[in-house]
Amino acid sequence: MSILIDKSTRLLVQGLTGREGTFHAKQAAAYGTTVVGGVTPGKGGSIHEGWPIFDTMHQAVEKTGANATVIFVPPPFAADAIMEAADADIGVVVCITEGIPILDMMRAMTFLKTRPRTRLVGPNCPGVISPGKAKAGIIPGHICKEGRVGIVSKSGTLTYEAIHQLTRVGLGQTTCIGIGGDPLIGTSFIDALTLFAADADTDAVIMIGEIGGSAEEDAAAWITANFKKPIVGFIAGQTAPPGRRMGHAGAIIAGGKGTAAEKMAALTAAGVKVVKSPADMGSAIKARLGN
Amino acid sequence: MKIHEYQAKAILARHGVPVPRGEVAFNAVEAGEIARRLGTPVVVVKAQIHAGGRGKGGGVKLAKSPDEAEALAGRMIGMTLITHQTGPEGRVVSRILVEEGLQMTRELYLSILLDRASGKPVMMASAAGGMDIEEVAASTPEKIVKVFIEPGVGLVPFEARQLGFAIGLDGPQVTKAVQLMTALYEAFVATDASLIEINPLVTTASGNLLALDAKMNFDDNALYRHPLIRDLRDLEEENPLEIEASKFSLNYIHLDGNIGCMVNGAGLAMATMDIIKLAGGEPANFLDVGGGANAEQIRNAFKILMSDKHVKAVLINIFGGILRCDVLAQGVIAAVKELGVPVPIVIRMEGTNVDEGKRLLKESQMNFTTADSMGEAATKVVQLAG
Repeated sequence: MSILIDKSTRLLVQGLTGREGTFHAKQAAAYGTTVVGGVTPGKGGSIHEGWPIFDTMHQAVEKTGANATVIFVPPPFAADAIMEAADADIGVVVCITEGIPILDMMRAMTFLKTRPRTRLVGPNCPGVISPGKAKAGIIPGHICKEGRVGIVSKSGTLTYEAIHQLTRVGLGQTTCIGIGGDPLIGTSFIDALTLFAADADTDAVIMIGEIGGSAEEDAAAWITANFKKPIVGFIAGQTAPPGRRMGHAGAIIAGGKGTAAEKMAALTAAGVKVVKSPADMGSAIKARLGN
Repeated sequence: MKIHEYQAKAILARHGVPVPRGEVAFNAVEAGEIARRLGTPVVVVKAQIHAGGRGKGGGVKLAKSPDEAEALAGRMIGMTLITHQTGPEGRVVSRILVEEGLQMTRELYLSILLDRASGKPVMMASAAGGMDIEEVAASTPEKIVKVFIEPGVGLVPFEARQLGFAIGLDGPQVTKAVQLMTALYEAFVATDASLIEINPLVTTASGNLLALDAKMNFDDNALYRHPLIRDLRDLEEENPLEIEASKFSLNYIHLDGNIGCMVNGAGLAMATMDIIKLAGGEPANFLDVGGGANAEQIRNAFKILMSDKHVKAVLINIFGGILRCDVLAQGVIAAVKELGVPVPIVIRMEGTNVDEGKRLLKESQMNFTTADSMGEAATKVVQLAG
C-alpha cells in the first residue's frame, strides 16, 4: 500500500501548458503515473503533448474521471487554482507553486474548510511520490525505491537526501510527502502521520521539520497520544539566526519562538529519535528497525 | 519587507488610524523647519532605522524648541545607533521623524499578524504598552488579549470592543478604539502586511487615541501587487551582499562564520549550516541557489561568496534532482576558472548523473576536494578552513 496516490490515481495537471507543467507531466507519465489531461483557462479544446486541455476543472474532472491534481500555476493565480480544484471535488490537490501571497492562502484555506472531501498538499512543496506506483510533483522518481518507510518533510532537497540515505542502508519508501515550507499549508505533519499510521505497509517514518511555527511541537503532542510506529526526526535550522527568513516563507524564528531546540526537545519527549546531524537519518531508521 | 516608522504611519493614516502630526527630515535644517511648522511646545525627534529599541539606544529625544530639535537632529543624523535588535554593529541614521509632542495618559499595545496555527489574522492588545511585548508575553502572558479574525468576515465591532474593554479603556475611548482597530485591520488586508505593531498606542489628556509608534512588515510574495510599497524599500538598511544576491535571484543571508556554503534548496541549505557547526566550524552564510540552478547561477553564487572576505573555504552541497550533477560540475569548473577562487573548495554532490559529475571534477585537474556524504564534506571543509 501507499498513501495519497497509487496505481488508481488519475492525475490532472493545472498549468500543463507551461514550461514546468509540461516537463513534470512528462516525468510523471514516464514514471508510470496515469496523467489524464490538463487545465489552462482559455486553451480548452486543444491538445498539448497528447493530453486534452480543458478550460475549467469541472469540465476536466467530468471528462477524465480525475481524482488528483497537481498545480504548476504562477503565484498570483495559484490560490485560485487550489479553490477551483476543491470545488470540482478532487480528492488530492498537490500545489507545487512557491511564492503565493499569504492572504490569498488564508482565503483558500477558509474555502477548503467548506470542501472537506479535498486534501491539499503544499503549497511550496515538491509533492508526493509513492515509489513504483505514481507521483504528483517534482520528486525525481529514479532516486526512490519501493519499501516500507514513509517520509514527511517541510523541505524538498532534504527529502531527496533522506531517500538517498535510505537507499544506502538498503531501505525503500512507501510514500514520500513534501508538505511545504510556507506558513499556511494544507497537509500538516499530523495529517500525514495519521495516514502513515493507518497504512499497514509503512513500518517507520522519517519526519523532517524546520524552524518556524509550531507544527513540529503540535505533532509531538499528537505522536505521544496516537502514533506507535518508530519515527526518526531531523529539524533544519539549528544554527539559523533569529528574525531572518531562511529561504522558505515559514522558516523564521519570530519573537524567540519556533527554534530548532524547542522542536527537537518536544519530539524527543514524544519518543521520536531526533538526529542532530542531517547525515544520520538513514542509519537511525535502520537502527530503529533493527535490521 | 520592512519600512520605516514614518512610512508606516503615513500608510496607517491613509486608512484612518490616528497618528501624531509629523514629517521626515534628511538633515538638521529640515528638522528645525518641521518643528517650527508643527508649532507645539515640545517636539519629538526620532531616528528612523529598521529596528526597535531606539529609545534606549538614544535614538528618541524630546526638544523644547525648534532650535533644540535642529541641534538634536544634527547629532542624530550620521550617528551609529545600536539597539538590542541591530546587533553590535548598529545602523547609521540618515532619516529623522519630527513629531508633535503629546500629553499622553496611558501607553497601550496593539498589533495584528497572521496566526499560523489557526490560519487567521490575530489582533492582540495589551495594557502593558511601551514595553518589549516579547517580555510581556514571556513573563505575564495574561496581560495580552487576542481575537482571531474570520478572514471572510473581517474584524467585527464586538471583537474590537472586547479588546478595548479588556485593556481598560472607558466607554468613549472604546468607541474610538473600534474605529482605530477597524482601520488597522483594513490597512493589514489592503497592503498585504505580515505584521502591524503599534507600541505604544496612547491615550491623550484630550481623550484621543493615537499610534505613537508604528511598525509594518509586508509579505514579500505579495509585493508584486503593491508597487508603491515596494518602492519604500531602503537599501541602506540591508546587507550589501544580500542586495547583490537578490539581483541574481539567489537566496542569500550573510552570517559571521568563515565557511561559505552553496546549496540547492532551503531545507538542505539550513541543514548544511547545521552540519558545519556540528563539525566544529562556523557557516559564513545561508545560500540557496534554487532547484533549477544553471552554470550562470553558480558563477553568480561564487561571486557573492568570494565578496565576503571572511570566507576561508567553500562547501558546495548539491542534491541533483532536476539539476544534473554533470551540469553542476561544468558550472563549478567554469566559474572557478573564470573567477580564480583563492580558497579551498569541498564538493559533495549526489543524485542525477553523479558519476559523470565526479569524473568531470577529477579530469579538470583543479584542486577540488570531494566528499561522498554530508558528514564527510563538513569535516573536510572545517579542516581546510583552519
